[in-house]
Amino acid sequence: MSADKRLYLGVPVERPKAAFFDFTSCEGCQLQMLNNEATLLDFLSLLDIVNFREAMSERSDDYEIAFVEGSISRADEVERLKKIRAQAKILVAVGSCACFGGVNQLKNRFGDLDWVKREVYGSNPVDSTEVRPVSAFVTVDLKIYGCPVKKEEVEVIVTNLVLGKSIVHPSYPVCMECKANHNICLFDLGEPCLGPITRAGCDSWCPSNRMGCWGCRGPAEVANVEQLREIMLKHGFSEEEMIDRLECFGGFSTYLSELK
Amino acid sequence: MKISCDIKVDHLTRVEGHGNIRIKIRNGRVEQARWDVVETPRFFEAMLVGKKWNNAPWICARICGICSIGHTLASIRAIENGFGIKPSEQTSVLRLLLKHMETLQSHLLHLYFLAAPDFLNVGSVMPLIESHPEVVKRAARLKQLANDACDVIGGRRLHPTRTVVGGFTMLPEKSQLSSLKKRMQAAVPDLTATVELFQTFTLPDFERETEFVSLKGDERYPFIGGGLISTDQVEMEEHDYLKMTNEFVVDHSTSKWSRLSRQSFAVGALARLNNNFSFLHPEAREVAEGFSLAPVNNNPFMNNIAQLVECVHVVMDSISLIDNLLDREWTEVRQPVCPRAGLGVGALEVPRGILYHAYEFDNAGRIIKADCVIPTSQNNANIHYDIFELAQQSASRGKSDGEIQHLAEMLVRAYDPCISCSVH
Repeated sequence: MSADKRLYLGVPVERPKAAFFDFTSCEGCQLQMLNNEATLLDFLSLLDIVNFREAMSERSDDYEIAFVEGSISRADEVERLKKIRAQAKILVAVGSCACFGGVNQLKNRFGDLDWVKREVYGSNPVDSTEVRPVSAFVTVDLKIYGCPVKKEEVEVIVTNLVLGKSIVHPSYPVCMECKANHNICLFDLGEPCLGPITRAGCDSWCPSNRMGCWGCRGPAEVANVEQLREIMLKHGFSEEEMIDRLECFGGFSTYLSELK
Repeated sequence: MKISCDIKVDHLTRVEGHGNIRIKIRNGRVEQARWDVVETPRFFEAMLVGKKWNNAPWICARICGICSIGHTLASIRAIENGFGIKPSEQTSVLRLLLKHMETLQSHLLHLYFLAAPDFLNVGSVMPLIESHPEVVKRAARLKQLANDACDVIGGRRLHPTRTVVGGFTMLPEKSQLSSLKKRMQAAVPDLTATVELFQTFTLPDFERETEFVSLKGDERYPFIGGGLISTDQVEMEEHDYLKMTNEFVVDHSTSKWSRLSRQSFAVGALARLNNNFSFLHPEAREVAEGFSLAPVNNNPFMNNIAQLVECVHVVMDSISLIDNLLDREWTEVRQPVCPRAGLGVGALEVPRGILYHAYEFDNAGRIIKADCVIPTSQNNANIHYDIFELAQQSASRGKSDGEIQHLAEMLVRAYDPCISCSVH
């Protein structure tokens, strides 16, 4: 790509070489990178993208920033991930699968990988390990949360990354954003919601559409799961309904083991 | 000239997911030609076991980042069929409109970002930003319209938030639909320019007689539910989907394969069009005729053109769906749900072909068994045999290694495979 000299406040900005990689996932977070068509060309001009298999045939292993989507569930993925880590100066975990294992880690809950394989592939052997987040194998420098990631948030984070500015995730829960958006509380609408304990930054994406939060961004700095349980029970929701949400994306795994 | 070559493509680019092509030709004879899916499996069918019904659409959306709306709606339909819920007319029209916009978004992504670079002799859309800025801007405009419409109706373009069993959590404003309609009308010149762009491309001349499977149109071009049909005159009911798909496991692929009357069959835009040509919107049919695309067309590269035809169809049909919605009084948002034991099956036409979700429930509506049959897994065997035939024909015409590899890559891309989806 051209547009080599990009200016910010009149000062030239370096365009770091960046690569996108996908592991066990739906590849939706990569697709989000191509969404927000109105600002797409500006976004792409921030980076010199040298490797993005889903979108381009040109491939190079000379990159500084690696964006990694997906969870890890096979030995060859661990090897590929380690090579990426060795090359990249900055490794960014993109989305719930990379950050926490995502929905894929739901298969771990049975504690019986053989049964899981038989259920889908019968007696045919298939190679698959327990699902792990990227950070289980390599150092992650930066996380972008969400299932899917929100492009507006990605744009801010990548801009700050390129300009060398600090990147700060909100420490407060989704509830705060939901209140600021003047939404009717989902509990009052008869829906369970993890908004009180989930890390904000999505601008209460689901609750604003009257879908209770499923916790895809993982816990806020302070996540009082005990109090959430009280709220759930008070509104007539079962323990099962709360656990369904807490275990959906893997972000609350430590809290769950305490609950169980 | 008798050619010999070894073609190895690992992790084919500009497709969703991970697949490899292998072609080995010795003295003009194809010794090996394979399509191997190496994607890591995710085991959604196991994940769902023990979960209550309301988890399924939310979890299943995550099978696919491109057609998450299709998976959500297929999951919802399977549950509604299982529990005996019939969606209201208003909900059905809104769901179809949402589906249309996903079809448009997905087809545009494929046509402009994944397929077109092959015809313009570039490796990706990136160089086109400089060389063909108008093309890229047009692609972005059209795609944005489709995605914005998905946001308005489904709450979110990817992994939708408003689509639930029984209806929607909330409805769009009527004014939002009017504005979408205006934007669709204004997008017609962009669609025409897209058609003109593809008219400048030369599609490879290749045919292999194929069985095409899709939903069967009943007054309308089919997208949500109904009977199943194949070009080999097989017809079945939606709940008999297992007899239509016949999945089996092969050892060189983490995706299952399917067959019906032959060793493989194809699904997707071309299959839909081959089975339901007469139900296309007149303007879409005109586009098809401009490309001499008429049923039954056996050239898999024409799937690109079938997608283009469907882009025109879904936009034209969406305009009338919005008129229908604006003309009526809007009523309930969401029907009550009473779980019951039994099997529920939902069949939907998603961008890459027919998709089935089937769940067996206990009395409390917990899932005992789940089965999802994905378009690309149904196509994988057909892609495999197409590659063999393509290699054979190319070898007999004395094509070079590079040409054969390029054609094989284009062939796989023409199916617009969603590989991680096929290995769910």
